[in-house]
Amino acid sequence: MRNLFKIAVRNLLRYKRRTILTASLITVGVVFVLVFISISGSFKNMMIGQITDSMLGHMQVHKKGYVASLENLPLTLNLKPEEVKRLEAVLDVQSKVEAYSPRIKFGGGFSNFAETTNIRLNGVYPEREFKTVPLLSSRIIEGKKRIEKGEIIVPVLLAKGMNVNIGDTVVVVATNKDGSVNGKQFKVAGILESAVGPGGRDGYIHIEDARELLRMDEMEISEIAVRLKEFGGLNRFNQKLSGLLSKEMNSQGKPAFEVHTWEALSPFYNIARMIDVMTFFIKLMLIAIVLISIMNVMIMAVYERIREIGTIAAIGTLPGKILSMFVIEGFCLGIAGAVIGNIVGITLILILNMLKITFNFGQQQGLILQANVNPADIVAISVTVIIVSVIASLQPAFKASRMEPIEALRHV
Amino acid sequence: MSLISAENIQKDYKTGEVTVKALKGLSFEIEPASFVSFVGPSGSGKTTLLNLIGCLDKPTSGSLKVADTDVLHLDRKESASFRGNNIGFIFQDFNLLPVLTVYENIEYPLLMVQSVPASERNKRVNVLLEAVGMIEQRDKYPDQISGGQKQRVAVARALVTNPKLVLADEPTANLDHKTAYMVIDLMKKMRDEFKTTFIFSTHDQKIVGEAEIIYMLEDGELKGTDVKKGVGNA
Repeated sequence: MRNLFKIAVRNLLRYKRRTILTASLITVGVVFVLVFISISGSFKNMMIGQITDSMLGHMQVHKKGYVASLENLPLTLNLKPEEVKRLEAVLDVQSKVEAYSPRIKFGGGFSNFAETTNIRLNGVYPEREFKTVPLLSSRIIEGKKRIEKGEIIVPVLLAKGMNVNIGDTVVVVATNKDGSVNGKQFKVAGILESAVGPGGRDGYIHIEDARELLRMDEMEISEIAVRLKEFGGLNRFNQKLSGLLSKEMNSQGKPAFEVHTWEALSPFYNIARMIDVMTFFIKLMLIAIVLISIMNVMIMAVYERIREIGTIAAIGTLPGKILSMFVIEGFCLGIAGAVIGNIVGITLILILNMLKITFNFGQQQGLILQANVNPADIVAISVTVIIVSVIASLQPAFKASRMEPIEALRHV
Repeated sequence: MSLISAENIQKDYKTGEVTVKALKGLSFEIEPASFVSFVGPSGSGKTTLLNLIGCLDKPTSGSLKVADTDVLHLDRKESASFRGNNIGFIFQDFNLLPVLTVYENIEYPLLMVQSVPASERNKRVNVLLEAVGMIEQRDKYPDQISGGQKQRVAVARALVTNPKLVLADEPTANLDHKTAYMVIDLMKKMRDEFKTTFIFSTHDQKIVGEAEIIYMLEDGELKGTDVKKGVGNA
């Protein structure tokens, strides 16, 4: 085998310019894919991080049927205290759960005593909420980074529109599930930066205030947001939790809960999917580049060496060995392209990170591009390039191995 | 016992609708350790005959045995294996592999065809390098040596597997006269040393004289045999 490699490498070096051009083409393809994957991956991870860590949490548990009516924030589909207790009993023993936060979500009127507008509010246990969505505190751009009873955190666009500042008193009016209207005064304790996606323009109050405003006899919960210790294990844990909660039935004997990951709750999942699709097509382009360039160079190699093929076949080289010689040439070209491409690609990514390029996402500005490439991606790209190189060499190599020595020796 | 036994072998080629009879019922026998030449004008069937003996092609009819093997019924892989173990080839254009050194070219059949262990390879290649006088050029590439030297390397490569038979199709056609004689002398010397049968084709009358048994071909037919004094009948 070592000798087959030696012959293959020498044959590649025999046509240096062609080999360099082909390897360069593969290198450019690998670099392009690596840089694209790292940048798009960085953007995707940042976007997912913003959505999950500042609003949604990694996943949410609702009463069965709540998500279908999510836009209405139906108070009639809140979880009863006994259901919350059952749910918490399940969540408390899950080692993969880092934190979870019960929320009361509702819509109401927001008044500065001169004007009134609509507002969506989250009633939360502040400490639990900040643990579940750790980026929430960084979104509070003015005022206190905590929520106490009698205080409200107001979304920035609402604060601007209603000319409300820190320390001002406002009134929130809400209709409870029985249809009766209640109002409560709040002191503006913080201004919340807008974020892209559902819940990105919601205000926050203490959960006890929400209960009082909605005149709940007992604490009812709209949803429980869950944060996992490892985001990578989300889908596995989702399956596990869904399985566990599917055993929990309501009084009608039907499933009491529904579990959704952020993907089912945010339209930005489609953007993440689009990034994946684009990455897939970029990878397809790489495959096409490698396939065509290697096939082209190997067809040329076979054509130029017909007499040599005839010679080695005549002196007894078995067809399989002739096939191996050409396949190994393609393999070596693929390896060279992949290795050089990875080195150049990683260098470029490091340079990009050193340049600290900034970009905006929704209302958030000056986010620093942190291009990272997963080692698994490097391995996957390299393996793909090498496999495609071998596949591209197969047809010319097969042709070489099937040549009749007598015909090949006659070739001029 | 004959090394090669041919009986009424015919070879037809089809060119479109026309069938060309390249060989018309040839019968002959060649003994081991012979130094044989097939002579004849261009188109007489010399190369066709060597290709059949060398298992590079198959006769249309007749029977052909080489080294006790009925070569008509060998498939592609068996043919390759048979050639690798029994036949050495010397080509008109030398056909050395340009990416291999002189040493590696001679070593190639041992390495890639017979998978001989390294120590044995090294021994056999060095013996032949000495025998053909190319030991000094062992690390040179084919484009760094002369035509005569290339053909010497080709002779060594043909012999390195200890074949029963070496076939040389116009081995001196691309060499000047002096070098051509040197190569023929070398082939004879190798025959004497290794007891290998050499069969070569040529149309050079002076070179023909060096053969011990001469088969004269014309229009695909055997027109005569010339056996030098002191050599057993073919």
